Amino acid sequence: MTDRSVYLDHAATTAVDPRVVDAMLPYFTEKYGNPSSIYSLGREAHRALEQSREQVAAILGADKREIIFTSGGTESDNTAIKGVAWWNRLKSKGNHIITTPIEHHAVLHSVEYLQRFGFEVTYVPVDRDGVVDPGDVEKAIRPDTCLISIMYANNEVGTIEPIAEIGEVAIRRHVPFHTDAVQAAGYLPLDVNKLNVDMMSLSAHKFYGPKGVGILYVRRGTPILYQQSGGAQEGKRRAGTENVAAAVGLATALTISHDNLEAEVQHASRLRDRLIAGIEERIEHAHLNGPRTNRLPNNVNFCFEFVEGESMLLNLDMAGIAASSGSACTSASLEPSHVLKAMQVPIEIAHGSLRMSVGRENTEEDIDYVLNTLPGIVLRLREMSPLRAGQESWGSGDSHTEHTHQE
Amino acid sequence: MYSEEVMDHFSNPRNVGTIPDADGVGTEGNPVCGDLMKIFIKVKDNRIEDIKFQTFGCGAAIATSSMATELVKGKTLDEAMELSNQAVAKALGGLPGNKMHCSNLAADAIHAAIEDYRAKHPVASAASS
Repeated sequence: MTDRSVYLDHAATTAVDPRVVDAMLPYFTEKYGNPSSIYSLGREAHRALEQSREQVAAILGADKREIIFTSGGTESDNTAIKGVAWWNRLKSKGNHIITTPIEHHAVLHSVEYLQRFGFEVTYVPVDRDGVVDPGDVEKAIRPDTCLISIMYANNEVGTIEPIAEIGEVAIRRHVPFHTDAVQAAGYLPLDVNKLNVDMMSLSAHKFYGPKGVGILYVRRGTPILYQQSGGAQEGKRRAGTENVAAAVGLATALTISHDNLEAEVQHASRLRDRLIAGIEERIEHAHLNGPRTNRLPNNVNFCFEFVEGESMLLNLDMAGIAASSGSACTSASLEPSHVLKAMQVPIEIAHGSLRMSVGRENTEEDIDYVLNTLPGIVLRLREMSPLRAGQESWGSGDSHTEHTHQE
Repeated sequence: MYSEEVMDHFSNPRNVGTIPDADGVGTEGNPVCGDLMKIFIKVKDNRIEDIKFQTFGCGAAIATSSMATELVKGKTLDEAMELSNQAVAKALGGLPGNKMHCSNLAADAIHAAIEDYRAKHPVASAASS
């Protein structure tokens, strides 16, 4: 074990910025009113909520009425996709949804859910870097297409999708376009008009805000059927007493991240590039997943041949390094990453994937510590592995064909 | 999620390596499934005199390989054939539920190595049984 700790899983979640905590605190114990109440305590909470909404809307280039506060990225994706689909079902309109095989499970499982009710889904393929071709999206559009849902940036491999171009197609063909921008926030521009999107999901805890709060942007004129019944909150699109403290936290975190976007991008990119270059220099049979350019500034994802991801994570954890893997063993499904599979990474290699996502508090020393630690871990596991470079057959039962082990 | 015993065997695995002149070699699993174990045995007087393993897989796969080799070292072949995957997991203080099937193959790999030995040495096997 070590005293050193390096957190490299910012794509999973981030620490809440202390300024965000400070902004939230009064709404728990002092300004705790229900925004729907008419007395001053309620009006105070209502004002804070609406001010947060305005702050978010300004950053997105949207109208405040187009911002729905939700419980996070998963709810935003569910509300967008099921909301549009069920509205279309209600009006006996479109029945076809276009998405990609590399979406977050909040999107993929939402469309699979709708398939059980007769909705049809087209998965537009991605290339080996995980990039969607807007031309393929256009080709997939049918007269009954009611929704396109394509992520802004991929959570596993950091691929940035051509959202504005896909949006142009969607506008030209009059199909509502949703993007899951959960990983993009904090690093990429979020102006919904430049991105040509009708709906966009964000989650606060990915940009140094609290967990349990997100937003769904819904452009005026894009009808959705509410997915949660109850009161008339959030323009009757999301029932339930508003989480005022969380909304304030989200707006504060988004504002901080928006104001420092350029510096954050530079800081993360520098660390990312140092990590990628260092790994490629020090570790053989390492393959960068995702593109070299057009990549999220904070994302590093490699496959290391002949080793398995979870055992790498355990060893990294013993060295104080927190990272993530798309290996089967780290998922409940026991299937390796659906993203790497869609990018045609061979399954046995996909088991050895390692994602490291840098963030605000990481330093060059952190990266150098990882670069000094990781090669030894990979080497140790490779020495233990029966798989070897250039070894075609394994399990022949004939010991004489085996390579001798290097002690 | 893993017991202390699992983490101990994962961090300091026993009997890692190969035996270049092994009397029997057994393999279980598949790299496509994310787990592959290879067992090498040296047999003397019908006992497992030496045993080594190589494993590609998760923490549970490595720990079960290590524990299983410890459990059968010095045992007769018949005794080693009795070892079950469940017994290996039990000796490690249990495994998470989702690891019981995919990563708990070490006993099977040992059985395969013994069968490989017996197929190659029919006379010795017959004489001792």
